[in-house]
Amino acid sequence: MSDDVKALSAQLASDPQSLVFLRLGELLRQKRQYDAASRVAKHGLERHPHLADAHDLLARIYADAHDYEHAFDEWDMTLRIAPQHTGALKGLAFLYFKIGDLAQAESHLQAAREAAPDDPSIEQAFAVIRGEAGATLAPPPHTPPSPPPASVIDPPAAPERTSDAVAPLPDERIFAGLEGAQEGLLLLDAAGLVLGGALKTPEGTDVTDSVAAYLAGVSQEAARAARLLDLGSWRGLSAEGQGGHVYLVQPTAESLLLLMRDRSLPLGRLGLLAQRAAQVARAWLERQR
Amino acid sequence: MSVPAAPLGRALDLITRVRGVRGAMVVSRADGLVVAEQLMEGIKGSAVAALASSLAGRLHRAMVSAALGPSQFWHLQCDHGALLVVPAGADEGLLFVAVTEADVNVGLVRLELLRAAETMA
Repeated sequence: MSDDVKALSAQLASDPQSLVFLRLGELLRQKRQYDAASRVAKHGLERHPHLADAHDLLARIYADAHDYEHAFDEWDMTLRIAPQHTGALKGLAFLYFKIGDLAQAESHLQAAREAAPDDPSIEQAFAVIRGEAGATLAPPPHTPPSPPPASVIDPPAAPERTSDAVAPLPDERIFAGLEGAQEGLLLLDAAGLVLGGALKTPEGTDVTDSVAAYLAGVSQEAARAARLLDLGSWRGLSAEGQGGHVYLVQPTAESLLLLMRDRSLPLGRLGLLAQRAAQVARAWLERQR
Repeated sequence: MSVPAAPLGRALDLITRVRGVRGAMVVSRADGLVVAEQLMEGIKGSAVAALASSLAGRLHRAMVSAALGPSQFWHLQCDHGALLVVPAGADEGLLFVAVTEADVNVGLVRLELLRAAETMA
């Protein structure tokens, strides 16, 4: 253990309530000791659950460890606590960029630029998104010492950009940044027509259309059942199968969202993921109006 | 479908004993008719049975289509309560249905529903 880590550990041990865990966690992250860094950050969060910088630290640790789903969660939480948090905005931009969602990446970078107009790394990130030669984008806000290939990402080839304007989100990217966006999430309209996402079996067979067809009308029947029983509005419908679980929610009155996962993910967690996906879908549907 | 009434009654007893359960019933999956019920006054059993059966059918087909296998338990969460359903019987031709308050222990009701379903196996 290096002297600086020892010193910070001792400082934290003598005053567990102090914010020195932020420096210690960051130092461990820079040393690529991700497990230790994560433990420090989580212990810190137990004492300071509403500290945006602590969530941001944990997000960066996750991002460096390539656990992008949890990184997304933590940056999302950071923004709930501090909507102008530049690190989280850049972090989410990084994640969106990583999955090729340039529009969302640009949108988050724009918000970061408004919050921190003098931050040169934001302009650099914009350059990457626009495909300018030589530009690279790394997990923000600090330049990580991760292996170089992980921190230098080639601009995605698929979306061609002809201007700086933010293009409409392609349907399949509604759930950008969410785990399973391309094989375990599906957004339908009231008639059961697919608005976005996709479903695949574990063998990789695309079952999007058939599942969508069977689910048409589920919202109305669930609403009728709830009304008949004086249960108010329905909030979610979960089902356990032998090979996995599904969770249905209604992002809006005219849409239905399905989340599908294998049995390793508990139903309760599936519900949380579904609620988050519903928020994303709701925002997307709003933008389409 | 012919099902002995006594075991069904005992199974429904166990389900409705859980605090927060407003009623339970056994529904024929094929036609959505009530086979047995223990419901609090005011619950429209026959209508709920029909909807539960229809919802179960849709979920079953969707899950089989997605290669998840038939549903073993489903849970409709609402603002003021829930509807919980477990298929049972030969060829899963029956549905055990529980109607609950919002603050019920869902895990416990699920267990009782699954136990009830086992008695029909």
